[in-house]
Amino acid sequence: MSEPVIEAVNVAKVLGSGAEAVAALRGVSLAVSCGELTLLMGPSGSGKTTLLSILGCMLTPTEGTVRVCGQSTDGAGPEDLALLRREHVGFVFQSFHLFPTLSAADNVRLALDVRGEPSRSAKARSREALARVGLSHKISAFPRELSGGEQQRVAIARAIVGNPSIILADEPTAALDGENGQAIMKILAGISREQGRGVLIVTHDPRLLPFADRIVHIEDGRLVGEERGAAGPDMNSRKSYRG
Amino acid sequence: MPLVFTLAFRNLFHDRLRFVATVVGIVFSIVLVTVQMGLYLGFGRTVTTMIDHASADLWIVPRGTKCFEDPSLLDARERYRALSIEGVAEAIPVVIGFADWRMPSGATTPVFVIGTDLRSGGLPPWDLVEGRIEALSTPRAVAVDRSYLERLGISGMGATAEIRQQLVRVAAVTSGIRSFTTTPFVFMDVDRARSHTGIPSAKTTYFLVRLSPGADLTRVRGQLASKISDAEVLTPVEFRERSRTFWLFSTGAGAALFAGALLGVIVGTVIVAQTLYSSTKEHLNEFATLRAIGSSRGYIYKVIVWQALLSAVIGFSIAALIGWAIVRLTAETALPILITPGLIAGLFSLTIVMCIASAIAAIVQVTRIDPATAFTR
Repeated sequence: MSEPVIEAVNVAKVLGSGAEAVAALRGVSLAVSCGELTLLMGPSGSGKTTLLSILGCMLTPTEGTVRVCGQSTDGAGPEDLALLRREHVGFVFQSFHLFPTLSAADNVRLALDVRGEPSRSAKARSREALARVGLSHKISAFPRELSGGEQQRVAIARAIVGNPSIILADEPTAALDGENGQAIMKILAGISREQGRGVLIVTHDPRLLPFADRIVHIEDGRLVGEERGAAGPDMNSRKSYRG
Repeated sequence: MPLVFTLAFRNLFHDRLRFVATVVGIVFSIVLVTVQMGLYLGFGRTVTTMIDHASADLWIVPRGTKCFEDPSLLDARERYRALSIEGVAEAIPVVIGFADWRMPSGATTPVFVIGTDLRSGGLPPWDLVEGRIEALSTPRAVAVDRSYLERLGISGMGATAEIRQQLVRVAAVTSGIRSFTTTPFVFMDVDRARSHTGIPSAKTTYFLVRLSPGADLTRVRGQLASKISDAEVLTPVEFRERSRTFWLFSTGAGAALFAGALLGVIVGTVIVAQTLYSSTKEHLNEFATLRAIGSSRGYIYKVIVWQALLSAVIGFSIAALIGWAIVRLTAETALPILITPGLIAGLFSLTIVMCIASAIAAIVQVTRIDPATAFTR
């Protein structure tokens, strides 16, 4: 396996303070490599989204270290973290989070515009990204004119247009029917295998298992197990995590 | 078109009702400020109109004179002292004062008499539309403005009336010489002005001093000041400024106008700030998404500032049209609203500053956005 593109080492996160403090993560270590599609599974409140937020440099850990493409986030300020996100991480959200007033192409272009990419090349790259997710014919459509599956594909195009090293997806199929969910997963799997990007998906949907190279289980803020997925090289290996 | 601009534009027009409220707020504010400042400028120009039209290098005024309309008097013989100073070519007496104008119908109305030596042309009426200046030298001749004909109860040229029980006849008619006090001006020869206002023949209100070619104004002024008792010697600029200061600030008129303008700015700022704030709040999820995908805070600030600037430009454009209409409507009134290129530039800058300042509350709100909320919605 290649070098991890994103890595959490002994990460702990306490949310809230005083009597309301909750240990959302307790000494979690997880690495995701290029070309690997990892599912992070666990029940509600297990810490999946908190871990995804920390790996995506949106939250800072209370303890432990996060490295993105080998770069530690220790001591990084909000703007440093934003820079890491726009350079290395693509996000896919459960409810798409498209801008209702922008066309599909402009929604995708936004990810390049925040990087200061010149308008002409950003437009061309946005069209390419939409073509990659099979939406060449919907470039000018607004989100309200798209189905849920199409909206999620626009969101994926937005996530990949900047050539990030890793895609972090939070329940990307939860708002979709089975058919659309499968289509989205095929796209994400293709991004992982054909484009060699790391993909980490938070889900509790067992229908996604066939697409996974690796499945990591989390409970009560701890990683409690890992297994190779159906798409991975070795389905039988299983490793338990402690602490 | 830059995407940040597109996003701002669409955010702004997405909720049309709120956008209309924003624009109405800006328009209301800017029109109010325009009217107040236009009145200030118009008032400032109107109160000095006589000084502006007088032909003088220096004014000799009674000590302590606050404005042109001040009724203090000088000794008329001081004119000879003034003429004795080297460099003084002319010292033209001007007499002013209020009087009662009795109309042919028997009704009376107050008028403001301005008498000058018509041969020297110190402060004759200007913008004549009927009659000639020379005609004012004939017995009983006066000049009035056509806008006051109805007020004076007369029909125009050749009409007669009485001032202090003495007959006067309209021998010239002007256009646009209006008084901010709405009291009609009546121009006439200086001697008859004394007679009509009850000012003794040994008294005068002002002397308009004209210098000989090549005379040193500072030196002549100094000598006039030392030789003429109980008087001040002012340049037209100084007298204009003194009059303007008196009417605008000593009377409280200017303060009232500024207070009105300030009120407009405050109301506009609050309305724009409120609508921008609520717009930002409504788009908070989108801004959190922007932040999540790696946008800097500066990028989001740009969206908000563009929204503010777009509101400013649209609001100002509409306000400018309304302002122009108001200027047209008040052009013929006693106190016209005056809009200068400088005022337009100032109002545009004010609109921009007001809208940018209004964006601060929204920007502060955006500063606190947690990008992780994109995962929890």
